[in-house]
Amino acid sequence: MINTFVGNLGHFAVIVSFVSSLVTAFAYYQYIKATELEKANWRRFSRSFFYIHAVASVTVAFALFEIIYNHRFEYFYAYSHSSKALPVHYMISSFWEGQEGAFILWIFWNVMLGLVLIHTNKFWEGPVMIVFSLVQAFLVSMILGVVIGDLKIGSSPFILLRDMMDAPIFEMNPDFVPEDGTGLNPLLQNIWMVIHPPTLFLGYASTLVPFAFLMGGLATKKYTEWVRPALPWAQFSAMILGMGIIMGAYWAYVTLNFGGYWNWDPVENAVYVPWLIMVAAIHTMITFKKSSTALKSSIVLVIASFVLVLYATFLVRSGVLGDSSVHSFTDLGLSGQLLIYMLFFLFVAIFLAAKNWKHIPTSEKEASVYSREFWIFIGATTLALMAFQVILPTSIPVWNALVESFGGISNLAPPADQIGFYTKFQLWFAVAVALLTAVGQFFWWNKMDSKALREALVTPYVISVVLSAIIIITGKVFDITYIIVVLAGTFTIVANATILIRLLKKSNFKLAGGSLAHIGLGMVLIGVMFSSGYSEVISYNMSGLTYSNSWEDEMNKEHVLLWINKPTQIKDYTAIYRGRQKKVVGVPGYVNVNLIESTGNVNEAIALEDIVKNGKTYFKKGDTLKIVLEENDYFQIDYYQNDELKFTLNPMSQFNSSMGLISSPDSKRYLTKDLYTFVSAINDFEDPEWKEDETFEVSPGEQFFIADFVTQFEGAEVLKEIDGMQLNDGDIAVRANLSVMDYDVEKKLQPVFIIRGNQVGKIPAIDNELGVKVELENILPEQNKFSFKVNRYQKDYVVLKAILKPQINILWIGTIIMLIGFTVAIYRRYDEFSKMRDKGLEGS
Amino acid sequence: MKKGHIIGLVIIGIAILIIVSMLGDASTYESFATAKEMKSNGNDKAIHVVGQLKKSADGNVEGIQVNEDKTSFYFMMVDNEGTVQQVYYNEPVPTDFSRAEQVVVIGSYKNEDLFVADKILMKCPSKYQETEVSTAGM
Repeated sequence: MINTFVGNLGHFAVIVSFVSSLVTAFAYYQYIKATELEKANWRRFSRSFFYIHAVASVTVAFALFEIIYNHRFEYFYAYSHSSKALPVHYMISSFWEGQEGAFILWIFWNVMLGLVLIHTNKFWEGPVMIVFSLVQAFLVSMILGVVIGDLKIGSSPFILLRDMMDAPIFEMNPDFVPEDGTGLNPLLQNIWMVIHPPTLFLGYASTLVPFAFLMGGLATKKYTEWVRPALPWAQFSAMILGMGIIMGAYWAYVTLNFGGYWNWDPVENAVYVPWLIMVAAIHTMITFKKSSTALKSSIVLVIASFVLVLYATFLVRSGVLGDSSVHSFTDLGLSGQLLIYMLFFLFVAIFLAAKNWKHIPTSEKEASVYSREFWIFIGATTLALMAFQVILPTSIPVWNALVESFGGISNLAPPADQIGFYTKFQLWFAVAVALLTAVGQFFWWNKMDSKALREALVTPYVISVVLSAIIIITGKVFDITYIIVVLAGTFTIVANATILIRLLKKSNFKLAGGSLAHIGLGMVLIGVMFSSGYSEVISYNMSGLTYSNSWEDEMNKEHVLLWINKPTQIKDYTAIYRGRQKKVVGVPGYVNVNLIESTGNVNEAIALEDIVKNGKTYFKKGDTLKIVLEENDYFQIDYYQNDELKFTLNPMSQFNSSMGLISSPDSKRYLTKDLYTFVSAINDFEDPEWKEDETFEVSPGEQFFIADFVTQFEGAEVLKEIDGMQLNDGDIAVRANLSVMDYDVEKKLQPVFIIRGNQVGKIPAIDNELGVKVELENILPEQNKFSFKVNRYQKDYVVLKAILKPQINILWIGTIIMLIGFTVAIYRRYDEFSKMRDKGLEGS
Repeated sequence: MKKGHIIGLVIIGIAILIIVSMLGDASTYESFATAKEMKSNGNDKAIHVVGQLKKSADGNVEGIQVNEDKTSFYFMMVDNEGTVQQVYYNEPVPTDFSRAEQVVVIGSYKNEDLFVADKILMKCPSKYQETEVSTAGM
């Protein structure tokens, strides 16, 4: 039976949320304008409406999750984003797989941030919450799902399947509910995908806070005062965005098979660019707080970071990227609405800034080369140029669309070698930024002239040169570009560590945020240089096959074919593919598919043999067991060195009906490197095309060859009973026992021959791994021979790619240190703000 | 000249460098005919060609030849102008390759007859269009 209540509740809450956000904006506007006497009333009124908005927004989220959690497949959203087989934590991923869910997540975070701001600000509550409520109105309109004439506003997640699809079934039975949903994109079935999107959207949402303070400051003519409350939030935003980027990179590294953590895909760039700008904004804001310069650049950067987030959303979700990105979303018809949203805030911001531009204080005197303002300004500029260099080519599809909308033709395409193209610039910019952080930190904490600077830098410089030399020699870094990267990275680390130690001696840990974050940056730089610059494909094909075209031999075959059970050399290892496995609930590790058989129910199977791991029996033969996501296959690859098993990797792949082969890597992790492997092609074992018949006539005890396999016909026996078949009196059933040797594995094949009356039945023995089907065709008693019909397909195989990634742990540790640095900085700046607020000096 | 002006000029210079380099490195969408022309003019730059896999009269994809070690393959592609071209890809066949509605190959001509793809982008039938509501639950 169709449950329309939840959907109606959700849709109603969306409308309440939309209306209440508009009322809140209006009420806060009245609050600002009201006289002192009326202020309290307006404030109470505004707040109540924001609370209504908050409750409505949370209800929307709750209603959508209820639909997914209770498998209400009568709703399009549940039908197309989840399925019964999903465990609860992946249902959470289903929630934001669709765009509507993502918008709800964004709305939810804005509500949370709004609540925090209401209760931590006094003076700023009014202006900031007006901006918040307007943003919320735009966001909620994305899921409004209201149609007025031809105008469609928003796409509602609460649409019933029958209203979405023109399937004939709904004409026969309008109350039809599908048995199961189409499931969650398997790439998102990863624990990092449960926490990565909320982090990213919190990052997106938090860019609104500094922007709202800025808009409030401009509107209320508090041109300088907005910086203090905005700064900790800008740092918070940069930290969360940074965390989102890192989680995304880590997710890509452990789930996607493009061979790394960063691909310069438009979706990645779309977060990287606002992050760079936000980091630049933080630096100019800090400079302003210290010396009253760089206010105008702070204003431009804060506006840019907020608008770039909207632009990123537009790029990713409007369908404009089309085929230039692997993860662009389908167009829900929201592109126009997104564009209006972005342009509205862009114009309001530009208008307010332009109107007040001449009132914004600037410092007249030119910054000296020996001042921190100068160096920080150069640093912020470098960050902005980095962002510019990335956003420009990412926008090529937008440019094409723009030219085409004016009737022109543009055939510009993104650079063919994206990694090479971006690295060329970003690498040198990153080196520049690293050096600037080192020098900048010294300027920050000391008054400098040329002599003092030289004295201050000489020790860190010498130490870092020595350290670099050690890294270069032990890491065999002989490329001049990379040598420079190592120098810049270590110099940053050493110089900032010097500052850090000095600060800690004075026990001012609160002030250490900057140097910690910069140390992290240096480590990230070195980690990226090693893990990307020196990543080495080791799965070169050494099959010795030659091709018809000689040029083809010169191409590097970066994948290696592993036949089942056949030892194959992969650089220093001998790898053996041992078959497919499944993950079973309650059993550690994986279980070979030969030991279980599906019952036909979702995620359920029967044990064909006892399932034993490490001497412990987990399931007995015949037990029913639960599989974790039955579509997932884990390919067991054993790695040997000198005939000794070193380790086993189990890269995953899922054959997905809508997305093809989804492949997730598995890595062997060492302290100083990762051995990263993934499956790039697998056997089509579902539906083999058997080759033509071959017939063998063999006597018991004789040996023969099926394909390359030495096969021993051990003998035949008369059966009393057969699994799954009733034997009558007078029936004769004969089973032949064949033992097939495949390298070190012995397989039993037991075809059966049945005579009932004058009819003959045959039960073939099939081995998918060997790709062999054997039928006992006939028994020739006079010659004491058995006739076997053999069909072959091909042995099971996987095609594997293996890459060594050195020093990737330096990268991960660097990112963690950077995040800690941000946290310390946020604490310090928030502390400053709250002390001033408590003195009643918030607006001054 | 003030220091601020010098810095401004340097920034503008770098920005122009970025734009020029982007225009220089940006690839283009071509047809096989124009791509071949580029090759014969000595231009080896990797370009994008959009098209479909060649299909036989009964709608099956034809012309996929997988090399023996399964790590590379050839296929036949028809671009949007209808030119049929053999393409080589030095990677295993992406599963579901034959179901792709649209293929974008990024690469260049190796010689007169063969196009070598460095990268292939596929557009598979979208999840939304393809799903038919199964009637199993009735």
